[in-house]
Amino acid sequence: MAVTARQKLDARALRADFPIFEQLIHGKPLAYLDSANSSQKPRQVLDTMTTFYETSYANVHRAVHVLGERATAGLEGAREKVRALLNAPDVREIIFVRNATEALNLVAYSWGGNNLGPGDAVVVTELEHHSNFVPWQYIAKRNGAEFRMLPIDENGDVDPAGLDEIARECNVKVVATNLVSNSLGTIADIAPLVRWAHEHGAIYVCDAAQAAPHMRVDVQALDCDFLAISGHKMCGPSGIGALWGRGDLLRSMEPFLLGGHMISSVRFEKTTWGELPHKFEAGTSPIAEAVGLGAAVDYLEAAGLDAIEAYEHELAAYALGRLSEVPGITLYGPPAERRAGVVSFNLDDVHPHDVAQILDRQGVAIRAGHHCCQPLMHKLGVAATNRASFYLYTLPEEIDQLVDGLYTVRKVFA
Amino acid sequence: MNEFDQMYREVILDHYKNPRGHGVMEHADAEAEGQNPLCGDEVSIYVAFGEDGETIDEVKFSGRGCAISQAATSMLTEMVQGRTATEVATLDKDELLAEIGIPLTPVRLKCAMLGLTTLKIALHKAKGTPLPDGLDDLELL
Repeated sequence: MAVTARQKLDARALRADFPIFEQLIHGKPLAYLDSANSSQKPRQVLDTMTTFYETSYANVHRAVHVLGERATAGLEGAREKVRALLNAPDVREIIFVRNATEALNLVAYSWGGNNLGPGDAVVVTELEHHSNFVPWQYIAKRNGAEFRMLPIDENGDVDPAGLDEIARECNVKVVATNLVSNSLGTIADIAPLVRWAHEHGAIYVCDAAQAAPHMRVDVQALDCDFLAISGHKMCGPSGIGALWGRGDLLRSMEPFLLGGHMISSVRFEKTTWGELPHKFEAGTSPIAEAVGLGAAVDYLEAAGLDAIEAYEHELAAYALGRLSEVPGITLYGPPAERRAGVVSFNLDDVHPHDVAQILDRQGVAIRAGHHCCQPLMHKLGVAATNRASFYLYTLPEEIDQLVDGLYTVRKVFA
Repeated sequence: MNEFDQMYREVILDHYKNPRGHGVMEHADAEAEGQNPLCGDEVSIYVAFGEDGETIDEVKFSGRGCAISQAATSMLTEMVQGRTATEVATLDKDELLAEIGIPLTPVRLKCAMLGLTTLKIALHKAKGTPLPDGLDDLELL
């Protein structure tokens, strides 16, 4: 569909699409400020999945009957929507997985497991979610390779020169970083990292789980080699995500999970693998979930990814301004124009669990904890932070409700 | 403020702000570190036994955590003083929950139990007493 470049987002209108807000929480309106954790779902996605189950459900790719055809068309239609969303060159390069974690494990095991050895290194940053950290740490160790971490500054930025230092000691084969930080909200400038990786014969792996819901992500413009997304963070259902990988790399790789559907032929002596994307989709796929993800992609495209990004910058600026008025608050991360709709903070020395609990009683949902970023928490010198995160249905008054709630927290812990 | 008085009773806030038994013990007879993987909180528990080598003379704790975990651990240090390692190893969590005296969601229950679980691990390491339920295959720290 045609989307005008200057499309402006109407969060109030979009919010009406989300049934979750049609309730009170502890007698208060719901201020859902935990979308970076998982987003809410619009009626369009829920209805699409229900209709699919009611009219078109069967297993895919093998049934000769009409329902099998409809289900296959639904799944493959969703794959094409994800391809278009990411501007991938070839729909066969879109692999459906459970979530970004599984996508990154697939790359770590199938590429890393067969290409890393002693003297080689995988480099991540201090800002990674555990999903782009732990699999690489594990596979590197298992293969006798090095696992290195680029430090970040207070804005969450890395210095690409750190890669040169690492390259003096080992052969960097993988550079794996996030595009948007789930904990600080930093929108990373990955171009120098991608360039460095390719100049040094390494692959660049992009964790876009926090980016794809909030901004235009173009795998060709980014020039990355692999990119992972999670459906549940972008208005889609849980249990579905996608890996995009460069076709030549995907073709050269061994499968990750083995079993039904991913084969070409099976004999006692030898099994051969199916074509892309089937080689990496063993077993029955999360079919209705993929269809739901397709509907979510339609929904985001209709709202406009550029409009979503612009709106979230506005919300981040508003939130940083309002929160900085609260006495005793410490804000983490970059200025509003450099961040997606994520604000991490601490209030006096009140533990985030206590902050979140008192906020919950006032209808405000935030995340309190380490956000699966313990290396970052260690760097900040805290065990945990509070994190408020926004999306296309977030209203400024929800941020006001958060700020009011923080004053109540201060009263309880005065 | 009534609903918050219920959640954070005065006694909880008192234990949180003035924790009993807070600090590090040199040459402890038993000690262990515990973590709450949900939030990254850490607690270290130290135990000194009396002359019989079995009765708990003193418990100290250090680390960081939310009001519920800190207050619960503080209350625990008073609760177990004078009891034997064997008694404490089988101490029912409901006894501590009664002392805390506020309703806890499943997530907050983990906060409240961090100190007790870590204490039981310390006693297990020093005395071979049973581990808390569900921790039989725990990789001991």
